[in-house]
Amino acid sequence: MYRYDIHDQTLVDERVAQFRDQMDRYLAGRLGEEEFRPLRLQNGLYIQRHAPMLRIAIPYGMLASYQLRSLADITRRYDRGYGHFTTRQNLQLNWPAQEDVPDILAELAKVQMHAIQTSGNCIRNTTSDQFAGIANDEVEDPRPWCELIRQWSTLHPEFAYLPRKFKIAVTGAAKDRAAIQVHDIGLRLWRNEEGELRVKVLAGGGLGRTPMIAEVVREDLPWQHLLTYLEACVRVYNQFGRRDNKFKARIKILVKALGIEEYRRRVDEEWAHLKDGPQTLNQAAVDAAKRHFPEPERRPVAESAIADFERLRTENRSFARFVTNNVTDHKVPGYKAVTLSLKRREHAPGDVTADQMDAVADLADRYSFSEIRVTHEQNLVLSDVPVDEIEALWNELEALGMANPTVGTLNDIICCPGGDYCSLANAVSIPIAQALQERFEDLDFLYDLGPLDLNISGCMNACGHHHVGHIGILGVDKKGEEFYQISIGGNSTDDVSLGKILGPSFFRQDVPEVVEKVLQVYVAERHEDEHFLDTYRRIGLKPFKERVYAK
Amino acid sequence: MPNNVDTPTEEALANNPVHVDHLLLDGELAAENAWCVSYDAANLPEQRPAFVPLALWQANKQDEELAPLLLSDTELTAELAAELNPLPAVAIDFPSFTDGRGYSLARLLRERFEYAGEVRAVGDVLVDQLDYMRRCGFNAMALRDDQHPEDALRLLNSFSVRYQTDVEERRALFERRLTTSE
Repeated sequence: MYRYDIHDQTLVDERVAQFRDQMDRYLAGRLGEEEFRPLRLQNGLYIQRHAPMLRIAIPYGMLASYQLRSLADITRRYDRGYGHFTTRQNLQLNWPAQEDVPDILAELAKVQMHAIQTSGNCIRNTTSDQFAGIANDEVEDPRPWCELIRQWSTLHPEFAYLPRKFKIAVTGAAKDRAAIQVHDIGLRLWRNEEGELRVKVLAGGGLGRTPMIAEVVREDLPWQHLLTYLEACVRVYNQFGRRDNKFKARIKILVKALGIEEYRRRVDEEWAHLKDGPQTLNQAAVDAAKRHFPEPERRPVAESAIADFERLRTENRSFARFVTNNVTDHKVPGYKAVTLSLKRREHAPGDVTADQMDAVADLADRYSFSEIRVTHEQNLVLSDVPVDEIEALWNELEALGMANPTVGTLNDIICCPGGDYCSLANAVSIPIAQALQERFEDLDFLYDLGPLDLNISGCMNACGHHHVGHIGILGVDKKGEEFYQISIGGNSTDDVSLGKILGPSFFRQDVPEVVEKVLQVYVAERHEDEHFLDTYRRIGLKPFKERVYAK
Repeated sequence: MPNNVDTPTEEALANNPVHVDHLLLDGELAAENAWCVSYDAANLPEQRPAFVPLALWQANKQDEELAPLLLSDTELTAELAAELNPLPAVAIDFPSFTDGRGYSLARLLRERFEYAGEVRAVGDVLVDQLDYMRRCGFNAMALRDDQHPEDALRLLNSFSVRYQTDVEERRALFERRLTTSE
């Protein structure tokens, strides 16, 4: 876990003072609405439908238990006692008072947190693999690299007024769990035949109203050049990205318009001047970043304990379900990562109460070295649980309502806050999620369906990543009425694809029925053990379309 | 070309040339601001001294009371930089405070082309941008008329810490940490 030194602490403290000054001037009428807007956004403050919303950064999804307790405390004192984890691993407060925000930021700074650049047309919070540092298939732990990128991008003087927001995701594993192909910049850490670390740089991916899959800018960047190369990539975007139309201002539009060859040529031309410059990384600097992410002092787990765990799986069906879906293999034998489901009908996907935050912080202290990770699927992870403690943890999670054994299934819905909260939304999304969870709650049916990503966005800004859901649902507005467009076949992992729209949109109350019909086609058409996505890719859109729109 | 051009609005042209009172120069409030900024690409203003659009300046180089105004869409080539390098002052336009191209232009002028004269921010220049502008190499900022100069002085140096290298700081924090701590 990264720990601030005096430099980091001073910077966030000075940032709080700066924002307090800006808020004071705004409230005193000395700073206009329009001028205040980018300033508040770059401190995470949105003006929402009912109240302001504050988005708190959780860099690459890593939280310490003391930070989570402080977040719980903040939600009680300044909000309504709950928070919402987002698809970008951040936490949103839905009901803070605008004038309290400087105080909230000061509280965050006390626990080495902030809301810097969680919104606005700047480089946003860098996201990563929730299993970073523990995954079986990892080549390089992305967290030290994310931290170096976080520092490079934080209060970057040149890139605070980009044409549009800019999101970077990093993976260091064989399997991409960070959706790098649908980010403005996606980075993959890999090793060449000589064992040297290289970075594959992708650019121009993104969702929103014009979803695009990123293209490769550079296959094999030596790690020393990561920051100078990023600087070149962003500088070209800053200078040439469109500024006349905010819907065409993302880097994906620039990359598309120029073509990847021309974008690459410009980046390389720029980089030729920056290469080997003062932001070139060296081993000592990387080692210093890596020292913040040491291996925890894991105790040895006896072979017999591992055998007991496996036996329990065969004996206890409920436990087996939990382990199959919510427990992930670990690079260290005897350890597992446990995903805490934040998907229950009673709450919006990703919502957690203050009491639950406190309880999770306690669980992290007792079971997993006091650390918690936030996933882009809007769940939480305890990354280092010895197998002989998983049953006890499971029992405690059951009591908390976080043991829903449905991670990765249809029920593990990704969902934006939607029209209930967001002023951009065309339609509500949370009630759709709840209606679907209600309809498809039979566990045997869910498991029979296998891995299925169902993602819901309340508008085409696509915060719920509907384009890359195996089933995607998009709220649309037609003459003031809410309708829902359904697409299928999206995917955010290595074999990335964008969903295809089934056809005309549906009334809200018909959505569960339509999803059910889609599932019926899959169940009828699938080959043995074939996943939804594979069946779709084999048979195409037509059978689904025919069934759904059958007269 | 997907990039949009920085064209002055009719309103701006109607008020042309622009003159603002408050100028921050090398960290202090200047006693006066003699220069006006003219956005008219075709005609020279009557007032002097004046920043005028690049092409107009190029056509009137003999007039020493003129200096070039770089619009935010200017492509700063090595040839152009060589032409600018001997000049005492260059202005970079912020058509809107949300147009961040000027930051890159200033850095390129300073860092790549080692321009040593005055780099002045003109146009939609707000007090809350000054810290970033300074770090990108602007040493002169002509404040938009409604901005308070006392705010500008207070906010010009809002941070004592920076992670990146910039025009003022040639060592990244990751580099400086290696020598100061441990």
